[in-house]
Amino acid sequence: MSPELGQFSLILALLLAFVQFTLPIYGAWRGNATLIGLARPVVAGQAVFVVLAFALLTYAFVTQDFSVVYVAQNSNLSLPWYYRFPAVWGAHEGSLLLWILILNVWTVAVATFSRRLPDALMARVLGVLGFISFGFLLFTIATSNPFLRHLPALADGNDLNPILQDPGLIMHPPMLYTGYVGFSVAFAFAIAALLGGELDIAWERWARPWTNEAWAFLTLGISLGSWWAYYVLGWGGWWFWDPVENASFMPWLVGTALIHSQAVTEKRGSFRAWTLLLSIFAFSLSLLGTFLVRSGVLTSVHAFASDPKRGTFILMFLGVVVGGSLIIYALRAPKVAGGKAFKFISRETLLLINNLLFACAAAMVLLGTLYPLIGDALGVGRISVGPPYFGFMFVLLMLPAICLIPLGPFFRWAMADWRATFRALRPALIVAIVAAIAAKLMTHDLPLRGVAGVAASLWVGLGIILYALNRWRTAPRGRRFTPEMLGMILAHFGVSIFLAGVLITEATSIERDLRAAPNEVVEIGGLGFRFQGVQRTQGPNYIADEGTIDVLEGDTVLTTMHPQKRAYSSGSAPQTISAIRPGLFSDLYVALGEPLDNGAWSVRIYVKPFVRWIWLGGLCMMFGGFIAASDRRFRVLPARADERAVVPATSVPQAAT
Amino acid sequence: MNRLVILIVLIFAASFAHAIDPLPFKDRAEEVRFQNLTRELRCLVCQNQNLADSEAQLAVELRRQVFDMMHSGKSDEEIKQYLVARYNDFVLYDPPVKAGTLLLWFLPGVLVLIGAGVVFNILRKKSRQPVVATDPEEDW
Amino acid sequence: MTRLIPLLIFIALVALLAFGINWNKHHEMFEVPSPLIDKPAPEFTLPLLYEPEKTLARKDLLGQPYILNVFGSWCPTCQDEHPILTRAVKPLGIKLIGLDWRDDPADGKRWLAQFGNPYDAVLTDPDGHAGIDFGVYMAPESFLIDAQGVVRYKRIGMFTPELIASELMPQLKTLGQPVTTK
Repeated sequence: MSPELGQFSLILALLLAFVQFTLPIYGAWRGNATLIGLARPVVAGQAVFVVLAFALLTYAFVTQDFSVVYVAQNSNLSLPWYYRFPAVWGAHEGSLLLWILILNVWTVAVATFSRRLPDALMARVLGVLGFISFGFLLFTIATSNPFLRHLPALADGNDLNPILQDPGLIMHPPMLYTGYVGFSVAFAFAIAALLGGELDIAWERWARPWTNEAWAFLTLGISLGSWWAYYVLGWGGWWFWDPVENASFMPWLVGTALIHSQAVTEKRGSFRAWTLLLSIFAFSLSLLGTFLVRSGVLTSVHAFASDPKRGTFILMFLGVVVGGSLIIYALRAPKVAGGKAFKFISRETLLLINNLLFACAAAMVLLGTLYPLIGDALGVGRISVGPPYFGFMFVLLMLPAICLIPLGPFFRWAMADWRATFRALRPALIVAIVAAIAAKLMTHDLPLRGVAGVAASLWVGLGIILYALNRWRTAPRGRRFTPEMLGMILAHFGVSIFLAGVLITEATSIERDLRAAPNEVVEIGGLGFRFQGVQRTQGPNYIADEGTIDVLEGDTVLTTMHPQKRAYSSGSAPQTISAIRPGLFSDLYVALGEPLDNGAWSVRIYVKPFVRWIWLGGLCMMFGGFIAASDRRFRVLPARADERAVVPATSVPQAAT
Repeated sequence: MNRLVILIVLIFAASFAHAIDPLPFKDRAEEVRFQNLTRELRCLVCQNQNLADSEAQLAVELRRQVFDMMHSGKSDEEIKQYLVARYNDFVLYDPPVKAGTLLLWFLPGVLVLIGAGVVFNILRKKSRQPVVATDPEEDW
Repeated sequence: MTRLIPLLIFIALVALLAFGINWNKHHEMFEVPSPLIDKPAPEFTLPLLYEPEKTLARKDLLGQPYILNVFGSWCPTCQDEHPILTRAVKPLGIKLIGLDWRDDPADGKRWLAQFGNPYDAVLTDPDGHAGIDFGVYMAPESFLIDAQGVVRYKRIGMFTPELIASELMPQLKTLGQPVTTK
C-alpha cells in the first residue's frame, strides 16, 4: 500500500511543480499579484509531497519490503539496520529522489528567506526552480520509478554493494548533492534577473550567500568523496580524474569563479555578463554531471546502470534548461558593459584573470572527460584520457592563479598600489623560496613537486596571514574583520594547506608490495613493520581474514594495524579493507594481499606524508565559504519601493540602490 | 550485455585478487619506475582502473610482462609501444600526441590565449574610463 | 554576436552527447578496437591440445582463411557461445581453429569432452603469451584471418546469430579480395 502512496505523492508533486513554474512566471510577466502570490504556497505543497515520497521509500527500506523492486535490488535480510537508511540513495532511482528532495529543501529555504526581494523577482526565481523540479520528477516517474513493485514479494534481496556499506555513504552523496543542487539558486536568480531586466542585477547581493553555501557544500562533498575513496578502495589514491569525479569537479571550478565574480558584480557593478554566464554554467555542469553518470556514455567506476532511454531524456532536459537559458542570455544579456572603471593594476583585473583561469580549467576537464567520445565521433579510435593528462594540464592552468592569489586581498579596487603590495608580501616570498631550497637540500631526493609544494603553500599561506596581520594593524577597531573577509582569509588559507598536502604527498609517498613472513620486520620510511600473521574473524554479514602488523619506531611499538579481506554472505566480490593509521603529518596504510607459502602473505604498505592536509584544506575552504555566507551585510538589501508588484516588472521601480 | 561485463569482471575479481604482487626489484629506483609506469597504463578488463591497481588476472600477467621487459633493458617508450601494438592506444592513460589528439592537447592553451586577448581588451576599455580611487574603508 | 557563442558551443556539446547515446546503442563500451585489423597476424607456434608433441605455427595455416576462436574452460560465456559455434559458424565451411587460452590442457580437454569439439584443430596457450600477442583481453574472442595471414576481423565477446549475419558474413564475402597489408 505505502509504495503506491509514494508513487501518488510523486505525481502530486509533479503537478504542483508544473503549477510552480508556469503561473508565477506568467504572473510576474503580466503583473498579476495573485499569480505571483501563488509561488510560495505551491513551493510548500510540492515540498510536502516530495518529503512524503522520500519518507515512504525510506520506510520501505527500513521495513525491508522486498515487494518494491528497488529495495530488493539494493538491500537484503543480512544488511545491518544502520545501512538501510543510506541504501535509499545507493542506486539510480533512489539517488534521483534524493536529488529532488534536496532541490525542494533549497527551494523552501529560498522561499522563506527572501521576504526583502521584490515579489516579481521572487516569483521568477521560484518558477525556475519549479521547472527544474518538474523535469526531474517527470524523469523519475517516467523512467526511474523507485516504487515499482514485484509481486509476489521476493523472499530476499540482492545486497547493497559492499563498497557502499560504509559510513562514507551516509555523508558523501547528500553533501555532494546539496552542493550541486545549491547552484540552482544562483542559476534561478540569473534567469530571473535576465527575464526581469537590468535593474534586477542590483539584487546580486541577495544571491551571494546562497552561492557561497552551495560552493561550501560542494567542497565538503568532494572532499568527503576523496577521503572515502582513499580509505575504502585500498589503493592509497585520493583522486583518479574518473569521469564522475570530474563531473563534480567542473561545477566546483566554475563555482569558484562564480563566487569571486559575484563579489565584483555586487560591489562594483562590473562583470555582470560573466556572473550571469557563470551562474548558468555552474548549474549546467551539475546537470551535465547527472547526465554523464546515468547515461552510460562514459565508462566509469561510479556510473549507475546505463540506459539509452534515460540518457536521451536527461539530454533533452539538459538541452531545454541550458539551451533555453543561453537563448534567454543571448536575447536579454546586458547590452552595455556596466560597472565602475578600473585600471590595469587592480583587484578587478586579478579577479578577471581568476575567472578566465578557472573557466579554462573547467573547459579542460570537460574536454578530457569527453575526449574518448570525441575520439569515437572523429573515428580516431578509442583514446583513454587519464591522470597524466589532467594532472599536467591542471597544474599548468592553476600555476598563474597560485602565484596571484596572495595579491588579491592586498590589491585595491579600481587602482592598486602594486609596490606597496610587493613590499607587504616580500617576507612571504622570501620564506617560501628559502624553505623550498632548504627542503630540497635536507630531504634526500625530493622531486620538483615537493619543492614546488613547499614554496607554493608557504607563498599562499603566509601571504594570507600577512594580509590578516596588515588588516589588524591598519583597520579601525570593531571593523577589522567582517565575516565575508574572515571567510575569504580562511578559504585562502585552506588553499595553502591543500597545496601542501597534494604536492608533498605526491612527492614523498612510499608504496611497497612485500612478501611478509611472520615476525619479519621490514623497514619503510624510517619505520619498522612487523607481520604477525592472519586470523579468521566474523562480522555481521561477512567472514574476514584479518592480519596483524606492528609498527615499530626503533624498538617501541607505535601501533598495531589490522587489515582485512572480507567475503560477504551475499556472495558479492571480496573486499579489501585496508588498515590505516591516520596522522597529522603522515598516514600509514596497510592492505592485505594473498597467502603465500609458509604462513607468509603478500602485503602492500604505504607511508603517505601530509595526505590528511588535502582534506583539511578542503574543510578550511568549506568553513570559509560558510562563514562568508553568514555576513549580515548580505541581508541589507536595497529598499523596496512597494510591498507588492502592482506594476509590470519591465518598468523601472523606484527603489534606490 | 552489461550483465556480461559485470559477470566477467566479478569472475576475475573474485577468484584472483592479485593486485598486491611483490616482484623481485633490483632496487628502489626500479620499483618506483615500475609503479609510475603501471599507473600510466589502463587495465583492459577492469577498465576503470590502471594496471597497477587492477586485480584482474590479465593485469597480473601484463604487469609481469612489463617487469620482464624492464629487466631486459627496454625503455618505458618501448614497453608502451609493445602494449599499444597489441591493445591499441586505449591502454595509455597519457594520450599520445598525434593527429587525433591535437585538439585534446592544444585546445585548452588556445582557449587561454583567446581568453587572455578578451581580458586584455576589457582592461583596455575599462582603464580608459575615469577611475575613482576607492576609500580603503569601502574596500570590503 | 559574441552572446551567441555560449549557445553555439552548447549545441555542439549536445550533438556530441546525442552521438554518444546513439553509439552506445550499437557498441559495447568495453570493446576496444583491435590494432591488428588489416595487419599480419602475430607470429605464433603453439602445441596442439590433443597431440602436444606437435606444434602449429602461423605459417602452417597460410593458404586458406580460418577463424581463430579463443576460449577457456573457466569461461562461462564460452559455454553460451559453444552451441552457436557448432550450429551456425562451423556450417559456414570455414576452417575453425580453437585456442585454449590460460588453461591447463587437461581442463581444456575435459571441457571439450563435455561440450563437444567443433574445432578443426585446438591449440593450447597455458601461460597466455600468444593471447597477449593477439591482444586478447577476455574470452571468448574470435579472429578472422585470411589466406595471406592478415587479420581481417575481430569479434570481442561471443558470436550470436545476429552478429554472424551482420558482421561475419560480410567479412567472409570480402575474403576473395586481397587487401594491402600495412
